[in-house]
Parts: sequence; structure tokens; C-alpha cells
Amino acid sequence: MATTTQAPPARPPATSTDRRRRIAARPAAWIVWGVVIFFFLNLLGVVASVLVSSFGQRWFDTWLPDGYTTSWYARAWDEFALLQVIVVTLEVSVLVVGLSLVIGVPAAYALARRSFPGKRLIFLVFLLPILMPPITYGIPLATVLYKFGLAGHMSGVVLANLVPSVPFVILTMTPFIEQIDPRIESAARMCGAGLRTVFLRVLTPLLVPGILASAILVLVRTVGMFELTFLTAGPDSQTLVVALYYSMSASGIRAQQSVDAMAVIYTSMMLVLLVVALRYVNPTQLVAQVKDEPEH
Amino acid sequence: MSGAGPGRPLAHWQHRLAERGVDRQLWLLVPALVFVIALFLYPFFYGLTLSFQPTTGGPFSDYARFFSDSYERGTIWITLRIALPAALLNVLAAVPIAYRMRGRFRGKRLVTTLLVVPITLGTVLTAQGLLNFLGPTGWFNRILLATHLVDEPVRLTHNYWGVFFSLVITGFPFAFLLVLSYLSGIDPTLERAAATLGADWRRRFTRITLPLLMPGLATTFCLTFVLAFSVFPSAVLVGNPAGETRVISLAAYQAAYEQYDYPYASAIAMIMGFVELVIIAVVLAARSRFYTGSSGGKG
Repeated sequence: MATTTQAPPARPPATSTDRRRRIAARPAAWIVWGVVIFFFLNLLGVVASVLVSSFGQRWFDTWLPDGYTTSWYARAWDEFALLQVIVVTLEVSVLVVGLSLVIGVPAAYALARRSFPGKRLIFLVFLLPILMPPITYGIPLATVLYKFGLAGHMSGVVLANLVPSVPFVILTMTPFIEQIDPRIESAARMCGAGLRTVFLRVLTPLLVPGILASAILVLVRTVGMFELTFLTAGPDSQTLVVALYYSMSASGIRAQQSVDAMAVIYTSMMLVLLVVALRYVNPTQLVAQVKDEPEH
Repeated sequence: MSGAGPGRPLAHWQHRLAERGVDRQLWLLVPALVFVIALFLYPFFYGLTLSFQPTTGGPFSDYARFFSDSYERGTIWITLRIALPAALLNVLAAVPIAYRMRGRFRGKRLVTTLLVVPITLGTVLTAQGLLNFLGPTGWFNRILLATHLVDEPVRLTHNYWGVFFSLVITGFPFAFLLVLSYLSGIDPTLERAAATLGADWRRRFTRITLPLLMPGLATTFCLTFVLAFSVFPSAVLVGNPAGETRVISLAAYQAAYEQYDYPYASAIAMIMGFVELVIIAVVLAARSRFYTGSSGGKG
């Protein structure tokens, strides 16, 4: 790699043959890129077929629909009471994000900074809700929530969605807190700041990028979380993804296209969240800090 | 120890705890702990005890009922048959692609951004898209027919393959991003040192990169497997929920919300959690045999 890029620019023919030989010598690279492109083409097909269908008038055994219309959106909006569903989705997500940050960040701080007996056990307990499939704990959780009269409306949906969100905040925030130099906190304490002041005036401003990142990830997860919401939601506390599931599993009653229109609304909402998220989070930096190869 | 003054037993006790690292700062953990206990551990043990109190019969009769009925027992095998190959394919396909893309190149940000899109699509939209795209009159079959690769439409929805593809679409980008970040965490100078010593890329990959990557791969496999194992919406929507894709989560759901038999549903949920944890434990045990320390490239 280094030898080809260091070829002197005075011999352009040599470089071009060099490059040609590299292309011929590496079929593996072309297979890899071919697989990636095939994956993306199919993905595009999956998304585009929903998009085209939602704008199509009639689409049966042809490549493209007969005509185009936007009436399915209006119909889906009325049929599924989408305004209410979207409002519920936003309310649930904001509540889940806020609560999970308030509960999770202090715990992440304690886990990042302190060592104490039983720390590994506590860490394992926080890890379990992420490692277990949602249905496994969702069914007993829903049973308990129904027993206490909490499920069937929004409080149950929020509580159930907090179960994976709080551990998720803890796991994503712990590395962020570990990065902060503990001497900053010691200095603040020397100057007479209490734990509360250290937290609010020193740590929180430093942690804003991490808090934003985990808040947005929790938001995306909550909007997309199907199983837990499905198990605990009542008729007036469905989020968008659950309403979409119900409209799909009752297909045949409703036109395919209005379900597609609803799916497009869901996707565009997720895409807006995603674009916002990617302004703050680099997806590859969630696990480890990336050390790019130095330039040759 | 016993020489503590009678006037200050409390301070003495606090001091001794503080020496072991327990002091007032640990109160920060309490909200999260109360939360996990109330909403995760308590429901879990409630479900566990409920599963031993079936509506009829002795304490183990719901478990016996599950394992004696081949239609119910088969759901374990059906779930594993979908989840294990899907998770394995996602991880194995992610390795060469991430290996190829770990350096710097133009458009890397674009590729990673595009790969996050399927994660946000969610299972329900993926299901809807697969029904349209892979269905008998969908574009995929039209292309196959138009290029005369097949004579009649291939059936890819409402069976095993529909669920499998939906798991690949949602799981592969996730696995790829994780593998890519683990790969980026390996110090590239290690490989360059091996190259200086005369190792070709095959040897560099199998002797340096792969062993350092194995723990990350094991973790990725576990997380992808959890996603695939709890497959529920796509098994109903693009699968054949009465037959070949009647996964175990569906059996648990039907027991709880169609037969209202909560003890039986809890028993199935416990079996499901147990099977999943066994597989994860096996993978993590294998993971502990590899080097898991710092590989120099992190942070």
C-alpha cells in the first residue's frame, strides 16, 4: 500500500500499470464491494417499493403504478388518527429520554469513578435488560404492570420502555465519564464545591456531548421499540410503530397503499431523528475511539 | 477495631466502609438500582414464581405441558433455526467488509450513514417493504423473470426466507458498525510491524487481527443474536406464523394475550430466556479464551 502511493509522480505510466495490477490482483475487494452494493440495492428496493406504492393509485401486476396520487396520505391520516398517535409517540419518547437520563447519568458516574464491593454484580444487573430479549421480560413486566393498574395507558408504556433505556444510558455514559480527568472534580472540591455543585456546574457542561448522544440513541430506540410498547399499550396509548403493526396485521380490511403511506410517515420521522442524531454521534465511535491510520 | 470510642460508633462505622469504597457518593446509584429492582428483577421473579403456579396441575405442569407438546416444543428449534444462521451470517459478512473499510477513504462517512438507515427502519417497516419488494409481483421477482433467471416467481415472503431477510436487513448494519469500531480499536502499527517482519496479508489477518478481533466478534454475535432471537413482528408479518416461523416469542405472546394464561406465558418466557442465556454463556465462555486486554489503539 505504502509503496504504490509513494511512487514518484515523475513516472505516470508506472503508476497507472501499478494501479491496474492492483485491481487485477485483488478480486476479493471487488467481491466485497459487490456484496455491499447488492445489499444496498435490495435495501433501496425495499424502501422504494413502499414509497412508490404509497403514492400509487392502483398497483397490481406491473412495474410501476397506473397513476400517482397523494390521497392515501390523507386517508391514512384520518383512518388511523395519526395526529394522536404521533403526539403519543413524541410524549412517550420525551418522557423516556428525560427519565432515563435523570436516573442513568448519576449511576453511570458512580460506576465510572468508584470501585466498591459488588460493583461487578451491579454492572451485570444493569447489563441483563439489554441482553434479554424484550418479549422474555416484557410478558412478566406487562403482567405486573396490569396487576398494579399501570399498563393500558401511557404510564405503563413509559415505564416499560425505561427498562432497556436506563441501562443503555448507563452503558453509553460510563466511557464518557471515564474520559473526564478526575483532577477537574478534585479542583472544584478543593474550591469548596459540594457534590451537587460539582455535578451541575462542572460535570454536566463537560458531559453535554455524551448526554446528547445517549439521549438521541434512546430516542431512536424508543420510537422504534415495538415489543414492550405492544405488550403494555392500550388503545389510546399506541405509538406509531405499534399502530403500524396493527394496521398491517389487519390488512385486507384496509387498502395496502394507506398502510404504505403510514409506513412512509414513520420512516420520515425516523429519518429526521437519524439526521439529527448523526450530527452528534459518529456511529463507529460508540464502542471504541477510532484511531485512524496516519496519512502516508 | 474494638477500641472505638463509645461516643462515635457511627463515624467509625462510616469510616470503615469508606475505606472499602462505600460512602455517600454511592447514593447516586440508588435511583437506578431501585428502578432495576422494581421494573426488571421483581417482574422477572414474579414471572418465575407465576410459572410454577399453573392454573391446573402441579408446579412443573406448565413446563411439562410445553415440552410434551411437539407443536410448542418445536418453537425452540424454529427460533434457533432462524436466529443462529442470521446472526452468524451478519457477523461473518461484516468481518471482510469492515476489514476492507477500516482505513480512511472518501465517502466512508456516507457508507456508515447509509448503513445506519436500516437500523432506524425498524422491523415493522422492513416487513412491509419486504412484502412489497420480494412478493410474487414485486420488483425482485420481476427482475428475475425479466432476465429469465427463473420461470415463475420465487416465493420469498410468508415463509422462512422472509423472516431471514428481515433479520439480515436489520441485523447486518448493526453487526457491521460494531465490528468496524472494534477493528478501528486495534492499533494499525501492530499489523505494520508484522508486515515489516515479512508476513503477507493472509498471515497478518489470521495471526494478528483476527485473534485481537475475536472478543469483539463474540460480543457482536451475542448482541446480534439477541436481536434475532426475539424476532416477533417480522415472524408474524413476513413469515408464516402458523407453521414454519412460529417462533417461541409468538408462542409466549399467544399464551398471554390470546388464551390469557399468564402462568403458561411466563413459563414459555422463562424457557425462552434460559435458551438464549445458554447460547450467550457458551459464546462468552469461548470469548474468555482469547486475549481481551488493551490492543493499544483505543482512546
